[in-house]
Amino acid sequence: MNTPSSAMDESPLDAREIAPAVLSESRLFYWSVRRELWENRFIYIAPLAAAAVYLFAFLISLIWLPHHKMRALLALDLAQQHEAITQPYDFAAGLFMVTAMIVGVFYSLDALHGERRDRSILFWKSLPVSDVTTVLAKASIPIVILQLLAFVLTVVTQFIMLLLSSAVLRANGMSVANYWAQVSWFQMSLMLFYHLFTVHVLGHAPFYAWFLLVSGWARRAAFLWAFLPPIAIMVVEKIAFNTTYFANMLVDALSGGAEAVPFPGRMPIDPGMQLTPGHFLLSPGLWIGLAVTAAFLFAAVRLRRNREPI
Amino acid sequence: MACIEARGLRKAFGATIALDGVNLRVEEGRILGLIGPNGAGKTTALNAILGLTPYQGELRVLGRDPWTEREQLMRDVCFISDVAVLPRWIRVSQVLEYVAGVHPRFDRAKAESFLAKTNIQRGSKVRELSKGMVTQLHLALVMAIDARLLVLDEPTLGLDILYRKQFYDSLLNDYYDRNRTIVVTTHQVEDIQNVLTDVVFIDRGRIVFNCSMEDFESRYVEVMARPEQAAAARALKPMQERQVLGGSVLLFDLIQSQNHVDRQQLAALGEVRTPSIADLFVAVVGNHAGNQGSEQKGAAR
Repeated sequence: MNTPSSAMDESPLDAREIAPAVLSESRLFYWSVRRELWENRFIYIAPLAAAAVYLFAFLISLIWLPHHKMRALLALDLAQQHEAITQPYDFAAGLFMVTAMIVGVFYSLDALHGERRDRSILFWKSLPVSDVTTVLAKASIPIVILQLLAFVLTVVTQFIMLLLSSAVLRANGMSVANYWAQVSWFQMSLMLFYHLFTVHVLGHAPFYAWFLLVSGWARRAAFLWAFLPPIAIMVVEKIAFNTTYFANMLVDALSGGAEAVPFPGRMPIDPGMQLTPGHFLLSPGLWIGLAVTAAFLFAAVRLRRNREPI
Repeated sequence: MACIEARGLRKAFGATIALDGVNLRVEEGRILGLIGPNGAGKTTALNAILGLTPYQGELRVLGRDPWTEREQLMRDVCFISDVAVLPRWIRVSQVLEYVAGVHPRFDRAKAESFLAKTNIQRGSKVRELSKGMVTQLHLALVMAIDARLLVLDEPTLGLDILYRKQFYDSLLNDYYDRNRTIVVTTHQVEDIQNVLTDVVFIDRGRIVFNCSMEDFESRYVEVMARPEQAAAARALKPMQERQVLGGSVLLFDLIQSQNHVDRQQLAALGEVRTPSIADLFVAVVGNHAGNQGSEQKGAAR
């Protein structure tokens, strides 16, 4: 970073010499992210609301746990028992993932569009924050912040579920230890983290980057511009060549390919689902996706620099 | 070092030429008014200076290229480009925090003390403030930044006369010093006549007039001629004549007039005074309307 010009150094009384001329990039990034959270409070309100609703529903379901459910469970074999017990936990994880995805899509499509629409981009640009910092801060919301939030909320929600279930079981004189062994909360959390990182952070990054790019480019109807072109490509490919490579590619990228852990909760007893981080890191799809992400974000930075308020 | 130095600045939007070879030099410590009709290229020129739009030609602001070094430049430059650009969702306390977070030269205490003189509440959102208050808030932010160049693009648009007066008073009394440069565009020319040190007229993307206010006052005179003297005054070839209640007002350029008119001569014809920038603007831009090739007029400094 450049220092202030020499003209300033000539005046010893100048107060500017006292103030630091350059703030660290991390500080600018921190404030840029904070500003996004101020503006878009739904980023954390939506997942929190989902957690509250889910816990409420789970609490009600516990009424049936001691008598009907546990009795029915005892009739099942071990694998089925495990599945029945962990299902609500998987469902909680899935709920937060889907919430994060929906919030992420809506956030990204508005991130570079809203500031041009209300002309506030002129204010943001009057401050010494670069377009790169701004775009990276905006990209970090769906790619990092929302996924971290999903992780923390899932883990906390699952832990609360575990405590509630234990309390109910104990009150009815049933074994808590067996239940804890079945749920294996800690292991489940590790799996969840791996899943979120591989699929939702690395795997979905190109999608969020695409949405950001569209929001920086479109003058209106960013939502349509984001979804219609990929659909058009699929249709053209299907009709012209009767193939579905593009659609398969998108589905692969969305699901994280074969390497991902689809259901974190079921991991502990399924020996077929081993973590293969090495294999994951070597898969070309991952690196192609990251390169595409970088290209989209680069284009979004250029657009933010060039585009005028709408 | 000049604060702003532009040579052959050009910018076209498709077939529309917004800036057609602008040459401009603004020294540090000046307060420059950039006056022009709608679509003359004022905002485009300011956007180029602020690094918001690419351009052709040469432009240095505080020694930097604004287009490639915007974020570095913005440590030393502030701008208020319209009353409406503060994001409407932000709270007063948040915007103070944010600017303090990202601007190395922001003095929060100074902004707070300026805000204390207004009715603005810390917890209010910008959307809850009146237009005048939003401008006060923006001005409080800008005045608390120790910048070297302040750019104001129609800063008082839509404000009543009290807010406008207060705006320029604050700017002159609490902000301006000889080390700072201010560039302002406005259609409310009468508000800034006594604020400026320099005035530039821009029309159809070209600078048609560039003059310091000292030169302005010694060079241009307006005489309110009595009806019986009107013919005599007209014979001295004024730049412009307009009819008002009770006579004609004739505008003279004391340097460029062919007849070497002087003040004594004019005083004999009626009341002599300094014209308003707005009247001179009408005279100059009116004259240049069909004469685009003419070079920059006005005293060289």
